[in-house]
Amino acid sequence: MLAKLAEVGEEGRVLAGGQSLIPMMKLRLATPSYLVDINKLTDLAYVRQDNDHLAVGALARHAEIAELENLADFSPVMADVAPSIADPLVRNRGTMCGSVAHCDPEGDWNSVMLAVGATVVAVSAEGERTITIDDFIVDFFTNSLQAGEMVKEVRVPIPPGRKGGAYLKLHRKVGDYATVGVATHLEFDDAGKISKAGIGLTSVGPHNLRAAEAEAALVGQDPGEELFDHAGELAAASCEPASDVRGPAKYKRAVVKEYTKRGLLKAANGSN
Amino acid sequence: MQITVKINGTDYEGDVEPRLLLIDFIRSQVGLTGTHIGCDTSSCGACTVIFNGKPMKSCTMFAVQADGTEIGTVEGLKQGANLHPIQTAFHEKHGLQCEFCTPGMMLVGASLLETNPNPSDDEVRWAISGNICRCTGYTNIVAAIQEAGRSIATAGGSWS
Repeated sequence: MLAKLAEVGEEGRVLAGGQSLIPMMKLRLATPSYLVDINKLTDLAYVRQDNDHLAVGALARHAEIAELENLADFSPVMADVAPSIADPLVRNRGTMCGSVAHCDPEGDWNSVMLAVGATVVAVSAEGERTITIDDFIVDFFTNSLQAGEMVKEVRVPIPPGRKGGAYLKLHRKVGDYATVGVATHLEFDDAGKISKAGIGLTSVGPHNLRAAEAEAALVGQDPGEELFDHAGELAAASCEPASDVRGPAKYKRAVVKEYTKRGLLKAANGSN
Repeated sequence: MQITVKINGTDYEGDVEPRLLLIDFIRSQVGLTGTHIGCDTSSCGACTVIFNGKPMKSCTMFAVQADGTEIGTVEGLKQGANLHPIQTAFHEKHGLQCEFCTPGMMLVGASLLETNPNPSDDEVRWAISGNICRCTGYTNIVAAIQEAGRSIATAGGSWS
């Protein structure tokens, strides 16, 4: 399979769930000459704890992730987003790794992956390498995979201490893309202060964005509404929304501010 | 490419182009036209089939990917001369008007009842949230799926 992927090179695309790729091909937005279907590589259909991280294989469907027992113990923000990906029929077929690789700025998973600080495992005929999610997401529908490489696994760190998270998604209807989505992830030290903060933004830039300044403002602080309000302002200032059919840019920016605050409150109050 | 797909318990063989969508194989080559093409963009769920046990959109996969799989369509619901309880309930509760979405709705509903025989309103609406109906306003569809659950329970067994 990897030899075939190497052979077709830039002309090839990996087909996993196909729930984004096939619709794009119908619209001629994607025109690969070759599809390399990995659906019979059932060894890649796993979601499991692997030491200090949750390992999500290339064929783990959204529904299988959503149904994972104790998902919230591993990652509260993943547990929050998993049931709201697309619709139930798409969740039965589509994969998280495929969504991550697709790098659609309106995709939900990459905001969550930014918030939790995930790592992507890429594999090719030459071997494996790991890529941080920040380096993996390059631009609009563009990842940093080389020709002949595919996403084999995504690794989500399991925080050792108390943590919380939330995914707030404004959308017009089930199955529609997010008008705005905000992923928040918080970790706390023994004194109750925020030791780590992750915020990822959906549909408000050319790709999923990390709200780095808002994250930095949270670390070392005691959780609280005033602090979260400030973080919301910083996140809103950092995003790059465009006016479109789902709303004007000003509105989306206001939603980023409010949803960041609400998400952080939910993350802090529901932490475990 | 040569494929063999088990649909409603019967093996169908076909020689298909790799680009052929599963929905087109089912409708045009096998001749089972109960599965509908609605939006053709993964939005509406009219093309829903049961693919290896789970409801999925047959417009968003290729026929070659179904080689060696088992598929259920609306034609496979009835058992002999008897309607499936979900079909009876859609009739009795008037869960359809134009009927275009109905095959998908019934398959998703029957699939839900296998794991949740007594679903709440919210649970039914959640389960059918990938299927669009432009006629009914959904109220009678929800009632029909719940009625089917009760009638399966009364009959003392599940249908598959």
